[in-house]
Amino acid sequence: MQLFESLISQLRTMWRILLHTFSRAETVQYPEQKPYLAPRYRGRIVLTLDPDGDERCVACNLCAAACPPDCIALQQGTREDGRWYPEFFRINFSRCIMCGLCEEACPTNAIQLIPDFEMCEYDRQNMVYEKEHLMIDGPGKYHDYNFYRVAGMQIEGKDKGEAQKENPPIDVRSLLP
Amino acid sequence: MSEGMTILFAISVMLAAVGGAAVLTWFERRLLGLWQDRYGPNRLGPAGILQVVADMLKLLTKHDWTPPFADRWVFIFAPTAIVVAMLLGFAVVPFGPGLHIIDVNIGLLFFIGMTSLAVYSVLLGGLASNNKYALLGGLRSAAQMVSYEVFMGLSLMGVVMLTGSFSMQDIVEAQRGGWFCVSQFLGLFVFVIAAIAESHRLPFDLPEAEHELTAGFHTEYSGMKFAMFMLGEYLGLILVSCMITTLFFGGWLAPFGMTWLPPIVWFSIKTFLIICFFVLLRAAIPRPRYDQLMSLGWKVMLPLTLLNLVVTGAVALWMQGA
Repeated sequence: MQLFESLISQLRTMWRILLHTFSRAETVQYPEQKPYLAPRYRGRIVLTLDPDGDERCVACNLCAAACPPDCIALQQGTREDGRWYPEFFRINFSRCIMCGLCEEACPTNAIQLIPDFEMCEYDRQNMVYEKEHLMIDGPGKYHDYNFYRVAGMQIEGKDKGEAQKENPPIDVRSLLP
Repeated sequence: MSEGMTILFAISVMLAAVGGAAVLTWFERRLLGLWQDRYGPNRLGPAGILQVVADMLKLLTKHDWTPPFADRWVFIFAPTAIVVAMLLGFAVVPFGPGLHIIDVNIGLLFFIGMTSLAVYSVLLGGLASNNKYALLGGLRSAAQMVSYEVFMGLSLMGVVMLTGSFSMQDIVEAQRGGWFCVSQFLGLFVFVIAAIAESHRLPFDLPEAEHELTAGFHTEYSGMKFAMFMLGEYLGLILVSCMITTLFFGGWLAPFGMTWLPPIVWFSIKTFLIICFFVLLRAAIPRPRYDQLMSLGWKVMLPLTLLNLVVTGAVALWMQGA
């Protein structure tokens, strides 16, 4: 009896597979037919500029610390106006796993992952992207954010207490409220 | 046919069979793709047909390596045996009225003998490789052989009883009154299962079982020797499809008196449909364990065949008496 049931089950399987003759293939014919990539897709990494056209990265090294495969290397430097910037910024994409932890760690929204995954090179050395390869000419996903306008750090042209939503500095030696 | 014509025909059958087996590698993948909602190879040439050429080039240029720990001569003999045996099996296939290489009065026995010889190829290949996976594959092949060879031969005896001859042409002629797939339904059912096991195809590809035995008996084979095993497998598929057509579906006889197509075309159409059915089985059915296959063979298939034989014999005698 059990044998009979399993025989029926097998015949039913075959019939249902046969019905698949009339269903469409699910395959996306990749090079000709691109798949939809969401704006938040984690692909190639870029460095963005703030709305004023200055680079956002302050070379805090948090991305390099968060990076699981250690593919980010950078060196901090200080400009004459007091802003910090990376002297070099290097991402080895042959190691990068596109996890997006650098983007989450970044305090200034400088480093961002974009929906582009087509990075093929014949030479492995070409997978190492320097700062000029990473930098894009725009603010990326965050159009209005400018770190130095909201942070309390003093730079040329903006003193302590002049940032957005920032109170003037408290005179700690005075007892008056 | 004259001597020269026969030789010419034999060569053309051989070329057609080998070419058919080559195209079948592509066709099967396309068909599996269709049934699994994907495309299969579709890049090279129209509908991907040139994939066959690409595969062939790859296999020809691959390093044909004989491992130093293998039993060298047996290792080389094994893949040739399956191709030779399967090709010899085509000798008795009737492609049309009078269109056959030989029509011996033991045609059916010759076919059974040749396909049984092909099993040695798998056994020896597994044994000579000196590799544990290959050995396990050969072991399973042996287990499979003892379970299906018996009922495979017996399942065809009903056809022989109704025909009164082992000759393939006689068997086809005897089906003018009605195809044996009706009167020998049990025989057909059992023979299809035995034929899958015989040609080592999914669901009964236990000897190679790539999921559990890496590649089973041909784990150590590469290049042309591997290609020979594959060729043998696909030749076996075509051969058993030809046989099912001949024995149960009226061979080259036209169905419903539709004789406006030549007999060889009807034969090809039927064989093609049966090949498609085998591919469907591959797409649909999972592989059993080999103890399940053995118990199925001995406890279900063999009694079924014997029952079929007894009933067929009784009916044949009754018809004779009446």
